[in-house]
Amino acid sequence: MGVDNRKMAFWAFIGSECLLFGSLIATYLVYKGRSLVGPYPHEILNIPFTSFSTFDLLMSSLAMVLALAAVQRGDMKQGKLWLLVTALLGLVFLGGQFWEFSHFAHEGLGLTTNIFGSTFYVLTGTHGAHVTVGVIWLLTLWIQALRGKLGPGNAMTVEITGLYWHFVDVVWIVIFTVVYLIQ
Amino acid sequence: MESGQAHATTDTYLRIALILVMITLIEVGVFYVPTFQSALVPVLLVLSAVKFTLVVMFYMHLKFDNRFFAFLFGGPLLLALVVVVSLLLIFYGAVRLRTGT
Repeated sequence: MGVDNRKMAFWAFIGSECLLFGSLIATYLVYKGRSLVGPYPHEILNIPFTSFSTFDLLMSSLAMVLALAAVQRGDMKQGKLWLLVTALLGLVFLGGQFWEFSHFAHEGLGLTTNIFGSTFYVLTGTHGAHVTVGVIWLLTLWIQALRGKLGPGNAMTVEITGLYWHFVDVVWIVIFTVVYLIQ
Repeated sequence: MESGQAHATTDTYLRIALILVMITLIEVGVFYVPTFQSALVPVLLVLSAVKFTLVVMFYMHLKFDNRFFAFLFGGPLLLALVVVVSLLLIFYGAVRLRTGT
């Protein structure tokens, strides 16, 4: 078929991730509105703050495609810059999630407080773990680029990293709508 | 084709980012406007689907890449959607049976 083996394997992996997140989202939806004790979603979810996190992740996706485009045309100065920007935006997202989780814990919502807490933390926590892996991956690429070990010949590596990062973004697009906006 | 770079330009990426931000602003706006409350769920789901599609097609280059990748992604995605809808139908069907509503 003339396709890169690594890319094909990675698309298959992303397909399996669809099933993982599909199951977690289904679980969240099935137990939605069934908590017997508070805090309830409408009492603690902060839409303006999460909208900013969404904007941040969307901008990180833009930075990622700009990094890939730069590496593909051999402009490693721009490539390094955009890889770093993508990783930093990912860190901002993670910082926001840490603040959100801390705030919720302070408000009395723990993993076992109610069914909302359990499904919310498992779903968004799994997503956050994926973002963490992505940030580590991006920083590794950036360090490789700094050492001169990443060039146009490694564009496929950057493209596969980008596939992972964009997938993390599209999962958040769904979570933002299903968890935060449709309460 | 191994890369979508031949088809998508920096200009395209910037335009897509602008559209994504605008849709997000519309989503948040719709959430706060009382008039839209009755149609909130379908409107938000459609807007979310548009954002999802834009990122997958342009940022993940599925629009320009080998169709086999679309199959590898689309198949499990469809299965995941079936799982979500089936679980909701089974669960709420069981609740309706139990409560007799």
